[in-house]
Amino acid sequence: MSAEPILNLDEPVGDEVRQTTCYMCACRCGINVHMRDGKVRYIEGNRDHPINKGILCAKGSAGIMQHYSPARLKAPMLRTGPRGSGEYKEITWEEAMEKAVSWLKPLREKPKKLAFFTGRDQSQSFTSLWAKQFGTPNYAAHGGFCSVNMAAAGIYTIGGAFWEFGSPDWDRTKLFVMFGVAEDHDSNPIKAGLGKIKKNGARFVSVNPIRTGYSAIADDWLGIRPGTDGLLIMSLIHELFKNRKIDLDYLIRYSNAPWLVINAPDTENHGLFARDKDGNELVIDSKTGKTVSRHKKGVTAALTGKIKLKDGASARPALELMAEEYLKEEHSPDAVAETTGIDAKTIKGLAAEIARVAFEEEIVIEQPWTDMKGEKHDRFIGRPVSFHAMRGISAHSNGFQTCRALHVLQVLIGSVDVPGGFRNKPPYPKPVSAHPRPHTLMHPFLPGQPLAGPHLGYPTGPEDLLQDVDGVACRIDKAFTWEAPMAVHGQMHMVIANAHAGDPYKIDTLFLYMANMAWNSSMNTRGTIEMLEDKDPETGEYKIPHIIYSDAYSSEMVAYADLILPDTTYLERYDCISLLDRPISEPDAVCDSIRWPVVEPEREGHEGVRGFQSVLLDLGVRLKLEEFVDLDGKAIYKDYADYMINHLRRPGVGPLAGFRGKDGKSEGRGDPNPDQIEAYKKNGSFWKKKIPMEAQFFKHANKAYQDFAVEMGFFDEPSPVVFQLYSEEMQKFRLAGMGLREPQPPEHLRQQVTDCFTPLPSWYEPFEEAGVDNSEYPLHALTQRPMAMYHSWGSQNAWLRQIHTKNPLYVPGAVCDEHDLKDGDWAWVSSWHGKIKVEIARMDAVNNKTLWTWNAIGKRGGAWALDAKAPEATKGFLLNHLISELLPPKGDGRRWSNSDPITGQASWFDLRIKIEKAEEGGTVSEPHFKPQKRPGDNEKTPIVLRFGQEWTK
Amino acid sequence: MTTLPQSTDKKLGLVIDLDTCVGCHACVIACKEWNTGGYGSALSDQQPYGAEPEGSFLNRIHTFEIVPEGGEVIDQSADSRVVHFPKSCLHCEDAPCVTVCPTGASYKRAEDGIVLVDEDKCMGCGLCAWSCAYGAREMDISAGIMKKCTLCVDRIYNETIPEVDRIPSCVRTCPAGARHFGDLGDPQSDVSILVAERGGFDLMPEQGNKPTNKYLPPRERKPLSDAVNTGFEAANSDNVGDATGFFGWIDKTLSKGSNNSKVGEE
Repeated sequence: MSAEPILNLDEPVGDEVRQTTCYMCACRCGINVHMRDGKVRYIEGNRDHPINKGILCAKGSAGIMQHYSPARLKAPMLRTGPRGSGEYKEITWEEAMEKAVSWLKPLREKPKKLAFFTGRDQSQSFTSLWAKQFGTPNYAAHGGFCSVNMAAAGIYTIGGAFWEFGSPDWDRTKLFVMFGVAEDHDSNPIKAGLGKIKKNGARFVSVNPIRTGYSAIADDWLGIRPGTDGLLIMSLIHELFKNRKIDLDYLIRYSNAPWLVINAPDTENHGLFARDKDGNELVIDSKTGKTVSRHKKGVTAALTGKIKLKDGASARPALELMAEEYLKEEHSPDAVAETTGIDAKTIKGLAAEIARVAFEEEIVIEQPWTDMKGEKHDRFIGRPVSFHAMRGISAHSNGFQTCRALHVLQVLIGSVDVPGGFRNKPPYPKPVSAHPRPHTLMHPFLPGQPLAGPHLGYPTGPEDLLQDVDGVACRIDKAFTWEAPMAVHGQMHMVIANAHAGDPYKIDTLFLYMANMAWNSSMNTRGTIEMLEDKDPETGEYKIPHIIYSDAYSSEMVAYADLILPDTTYLERYDCISLLDRPISEPDAVCDSIRWPVVEPEREGHEGVRGFQSVLLDLGVRLKLEEFVDLDGKAIYKDYADYMINHLRRPGVGPLAGFRGKDGKSEGRGDPNPDQIEAYKKNGSFWKKKIPMEAQFFKHANKAYQDFAVEMGFFDEPSPVVFQLYSEEMQKFRLAGMGLREPQPPEHLRQQVTDCFTPLPSWYEPFEEAGVDNSEYPLHALTQRPMAMYHSWGSQNAWLRQIHTKNPLYVPGAVCDEHDLKDGDWAWVSSWHGKIKVEIARMDAVNNKTLWTWNAIGKRGGAWALDAKAPEATKGFLLNHLISELLPPKGDGRRWSNSDPITGQASWFDLRIKIEKAEEGGTVSEPHFKPQKRPGDNEKTPIVLRFGQEWTK
Repeated sequence: MTTLPQSTDKKLGLVIDLDTCVGCHACVIACKEWNTGGYGSALSDQQPYGAEPEGSFLNRIHTFEIVPEGGEVIDQSADSRVVHFPKSCLHCEDAPCVTVCPTGASYKRAEDGIVLVDEDKCMGCGLCAWSCAYGAREMDISAGIMKKCTLCVDRIYNETIPEVDRIPSCVRTCPAGARHFGDLGDPQSDVSILVAERGGFDLMPEQGNKPTNKYLPPRERKPLSDAVNTGFEAANSDNVGDATGFFGWIDKTLSKGSNNSKVGEE
């Protein structure tokens, strides 16, 4: 065909490929960045990378637009006008560091006056070390407002949890049940996993009030009413007990089902485990009927029976208590159908399907292995039912117990760390005993000292709480107090409100990294802005006197900082995705990875930007923090990259586990290797070590795995996990609530602790639902994160914002009919706390009591380098205005946090609302804020973008 | 007017699995990213940070709700389903966008059936877009040139990239593996077999364009409540609902006799 033009089909993509790690969400995929003429030409997934194996999501592919975003900051800035005015002057880095030091240095003497919280930080093992060295007890990242319930419930129950801790065995599972997730927890592996499930013909059940995204392709959709997942899960447990579909052998071997629970009402030991004099938990030897230590070899522990202990009290195996509890009629499908909105037949069907697949479609892998008692097994036996859940069940005030119920369900059918079930990812599983306890100032009268241990940890009872003798919280966020005893990720969402209220005390400097607290990351957004702007009438100073903020982009929060430390984009920085932190391992391999500057951070005509971690190190040196300076006060680490290579957490164990030792051949443990980063770069910026086959399953009790874990440096001695169906930690808190153990909660929290800290998972009505008039607020409202956006970052991205330019409120058909609403109408939505006016869209594939919208699309005009008339600012909106950080007042004058009473997780999804048609119609969503002046250099944004035009032929 | 080839040696195209697509838009952006610096002029974005952002995309996902006939019933909500529908040029055998082109810019390659626009000849009249039943063509406002899916013609034959990557950008990136690329003219190809096995269908066949791309329909589903009938009822008929019966079952199962009121001493 001579008429056809001759095409050049062999044009190279670029001049060079640089491999690094994506940061367009928290998924941390490997990427190939194709460079052309010094610019980023194309970003694709790295085929060799353990997380994404070549695939990449919309966000990842749009990284080019994020990197070249006009909202990028360009220089350090100092506020010159009032907070929120956007009036700033550019300063040099030297001036910025001096200013920061002038605020921070005096606080070494009163370290509680510094609150350092780090948002969506992927370097928490480093930022926490810095805070520990500084000596402030006030440090955490964003877990408290994200999904701490899932993580905490998982660690306390099975020594692992979903996402970074473990995942379904996507290749082998035959039934997959997913509860609500924020799409980046985690992003590409779930999509790839669903693809495998579909290909393998496995069944996919989605439990979610909303049928979009993943749920859209589910074989079965259970449109549950928000906050009732715990009831559903416990009725599945009821059915499994009732129909005898429990893996007894698995329970005896791997769980505390046979451990004896003391029955001694009104004593401090009631409901705790019976122990021998050496502290070993007791079980009944099924052969002799006598009690023996659970560690005794060759004993089969009984699951039933009653034994009289030496002190006269009786004790029974935990499983007996469970059976009695969950066989109660109140847990039956018929009893929960109305509350959950799922009909009883469907619940029974799901239970039947779980049982059928678990016990009739057993998977066997012929691979001998040895357990921790030395018993040899010929094969791995798998129960191919798997689960995943995250924000949807987590972000409720009953979330911890619901998450725990889900982990308990997995254990009951024997599907934890088995072929086809849930599989832990190294360094998990890890028992609570192998985690630290929380730490605060050791000696309040010896300021200027580092903390004795990590801020965050896992309390095992009331004795681990952090409060002084008068019961006053040590931490500004009140984590690890009776308000949130197991706040293992802290409570970032309470920091600004508490600091503003001076409850438990006032602070001097709020130091934040990557957290948009003046907008979508706060409950009660308007109130939070007012708190940041509020001044003490006596002194005329801001109630929170200093705010230092580091971000890469001109977010809403930037305009409230007094000092702005501009961070780099993810393509311009060093990072380590460390096993000490939030790992990226796979169930069959231990992995970590780095980022490195594939593009140099240049901001022409400006002072420029610096990676936050290097800036923090520099601050540490200037403040002479022990860990970062030598005896002469000189910097030990040149920058963060140097720290990544040379820092040792324990002998031989550093931030990166790969390519250690002088020759770069040590793995896990080894001396620092000066060429380590180069070795990572050559390997695609990641390191991966396969777990030996005999160690790949039953990791909690597998000798080969435990040896591997010690060799790798996860822990220094084998740390097997016994699944905690019955939680003694919870019971200890409960006993204190009942007045039977010390220390005890204050009077006003006694009932809450007694009610909520049940040692077996339980359900209680979400607090907001219990606290408001449900006939006035009959509906629920939720947010979901769209797959193409990550938090507030996406809207500055020229490509991604065209996918979600505004966010309507999706309203169930029945509610539309009741209120005469149709697509494009405007409505007022109110909660007990606030009122918003929004544009609506009708939707039927949703629970009929649930309204929802996309998360964090709504923007404040002027932020993120968007036009003040951008739809994100005019029609977009936040549900945050309806959600208070506090519960409705109870009339006792106290500030009751809107959080889970166990972990302090922000209860975003407890929101109750009503809707009314806005008869006047509308064009702009309410509340509408005055557009923000963008701090610093406000160069005009392009009117037309033709990215790549110079490369076209 | 431009003529179509009598036949093509291959029929390269896409097979898109609607049972697997979760609507994540990965393909949409990967397409934009590759093609804005690839074949032909860039894919421009008008008002990229402004009040009415609008850019050229060669592949878009449409999301809509349907109520399938006889579908499963969720008692508390309408029996409604969300479908994510990715759409790009379907590289039709009888492509009216080619025959309608007044300059010969629009053409179908005899070698592999890919429909392309020769940008040197395109005058941006838009007739082709008007003739396309699927709305799969996009006029680039900045270039004044008609843009469309090229099946990444500058990737699939490109010897400067690894062989495994010589597939369209959207297919390489699809996280769920919902997109497949191959020769639909070869009945033995993976994509043809997939289409045969899964009942792949033509989009709007009544238009008579003979699209090359195929879509795979959602698999058949059956309600969970049916699972109860598979014999999931308590094996032990005694005291099914209370704990005593349960303990009896445990003892029986673990071969310990049926004494469920044992009281021992430490």
